[in-house]
Amino acid sequence: MATPVIAVNGLSKHFKVPEREAGLKASTRALFKRSHRLVKAVDAISFSIEPGEVVGFLGPNGAGKTTTLKMLSGLLHPTGGQVAVLGYEPKKRDHDYLKQITLVMGNRNQLSWDLPALDSFELYRALYGIERSRFEKLRDDFIELLEVGDLVRKPVRNLSLGERMKVEIIGALLHTPGVLFLDEPTIGLDVTMQRRIRRFIAEYNRRYGATVLLTSHYMADVEALCKRVIVIHHGKILYDGALAGLVEQFSAFKKVSVTLSGPDVDVSGFGEVLERDGSRVTLRIPKAETSRATARLLSELDADDLTVEDPPVEDVIEQVFATEAA
Amino acid sequence: MRRYLDYYLTSMRMAILEQFQYRVANYFYMIGMVAEPVIYLVVWSTVAEAQGGEVGGYTPAAFAAYYIVWTLVRNMNIVFTPYGWEGYIQRGQLSAELLKPIHPIHNFLSFFAGWKVVVILFWLPLAAILSLIFKPALDFTWVEVVVFFFAIWGAYLIRTMLLTLLGMITFWTTRVSAIYELFFAFELVLSGRLVPMSLMPVWVQEIADWLPFQWTFGYPIESLVAQLPPAELWGGLGMQALWIGITTVMVAVMWRFGIRRFSAVGN
Repeated sequence: MATPVIAVNGLSKHFKVPEREAGLKASTRALFKRSHRLVKAVDAISFSIEPGEVVGFLGPNGAGKTTTLKMLSGLLHPTGGQVAVLGYEPKKRDHDYLKQITLVMGNRNQLSWDLPALDSFELYRALYGIERSRFEKLRDDFIELLEVGDLVRKPVRNLSLGERMKVEIIGALLHTPGVLFLDEPTIGLDVTMQRRIRRFIAEYNRRYGATVLLTSHYMADVEALCKRVIVIHHGKILYDGALAGLVEQFSAFKKVSVTLSGPDVDVSGFGEVLERDGSRVTLRIPKAETSRATARLLSELDADDLTVEDPPVEDVIEQVFATEAA
Repeated sequence: MRRYLDYYLTSMRMAILEQFQYRVANYFYMIGMVAEPVIYLVVWSTVAEAQGGEVGGYTPAAFAAYYIVWTLVRNMNIVFTPYGWEGYIQRGQLSAELLKPIHPIHNFLSFFAGWKVVVILFWLPLAAILSLIFKPALDFTWVEVVVFFFAIWGAYLIRTMLLTLLGMITFWTTRVSAIYELFFAFELVLSGRLVPMSLMPVWVQEIADWLPFQWTFGYPIESLVAQLPPAELWGGLGMQALWIGITTVMVAVMWRFGIRRFSAVGN
């Protein structure tokens, strides 16, 4: 087995957050006696990621995803635990380490706002000491892959959010990092733009064998790119394994769609009716009862067609978080 | 070393390109900035004339020379401010800098150095107009011009380091502006910005001797306009080098503590 590129063991990050009630009285009291609350943003998590893996890091807002990525990239010092990426301790921010990673945050702009992206790419060339011919080849390849030939000559401020994200990603990858931390890289983008960025990440991973840890609220990103997911909630890991296994483990229901001979057949006795479209009915049936219910559907009703599916991953994740929060 | 040189040149080039885009804004800013020295100049020229033609050895023409060169030195003194630091940390831009395999101060230094190139170019016609109006007494040697060239960059480095020290207070408090205002008041009086240091009371000059401010303002101006004796002329560069060294060490030490604090809290 290869040495993991990312090895995290008992990693924690706790923040001491000041808090007080609203109002003048509380504000005055806080001048003399400040009260704090300890927030365990990341609480003793452990996982490892092998070379070339693309792993989805899932969780609701405030789950600890970004905090973890910041610790892995060296921006935050852990409160406890060990972390090693490519054999480096990220918090030391060794320059050799920083040359081998990238952190892309979907809502942050790193290119010069007033200049065309091509000028910022030049700065990245100088910053990472990329040999000119290699730089030009990479830059042109990436521009072609993301189809941004006409965009890189416009000042970044004149680009749309999606266009900007594409050129940001190019800038972040020109030094061909071996480890990519992608924090919501497709946030706020339309479906076409999301798809193009996904394709690019997949292609980059294929070409350079890069290891990718990706957070996204769009399950389409995760389904398209990640075979493995890590689910984090309240700073703790709830699941670490195959994407398919997530549904298996957390979904208590199956989705059964059945086409009946007529539109008015009563199927409420078989499960919860999710949708009815003419003679086609979609039911939600507890997993343990699926076999029995489908057998009954086929034998008791005049069914033309019947399919059994797992619910969408998105629904499963939502359900996991809702259950945990309750 | 080669990578750093390449980085500096590329970053400076980017700054020049950016500032050319804002050429009109830059010019308006410089014109607005001229108001301050012109007020000082008019006041002191009036005082000089009222006192029989000079004050402390400065004639109106000598004041004109001082305050016209002042406008260039003031521009060289524009560096990344504590206000910038506040915004930089609040908007998360420092995090982006920390991911780069280079200390963020190189970004500030190189970018503002590039800006200076534009500033110097824009300043030339402005200085010509001011000279036509106020008729400065400028009598310098080429040695003084060379010293002046190094002195304005020395001033730039010292002030960058001083304001970086102030800016880094942002690691501990998000309200560094108040401290900056206090710093600014001291700097105004003790640097030669308000008035040539030789016109200040002796006790003020003695305090100023222990502080870095005059090496960022008064000295660069006087190196060109005051016909300093060689010991003072060259010694000034030495003092600048000393303050660059002291403030650089202070920045390095404070950075170590500050970044530890930032990495504990983050943004």
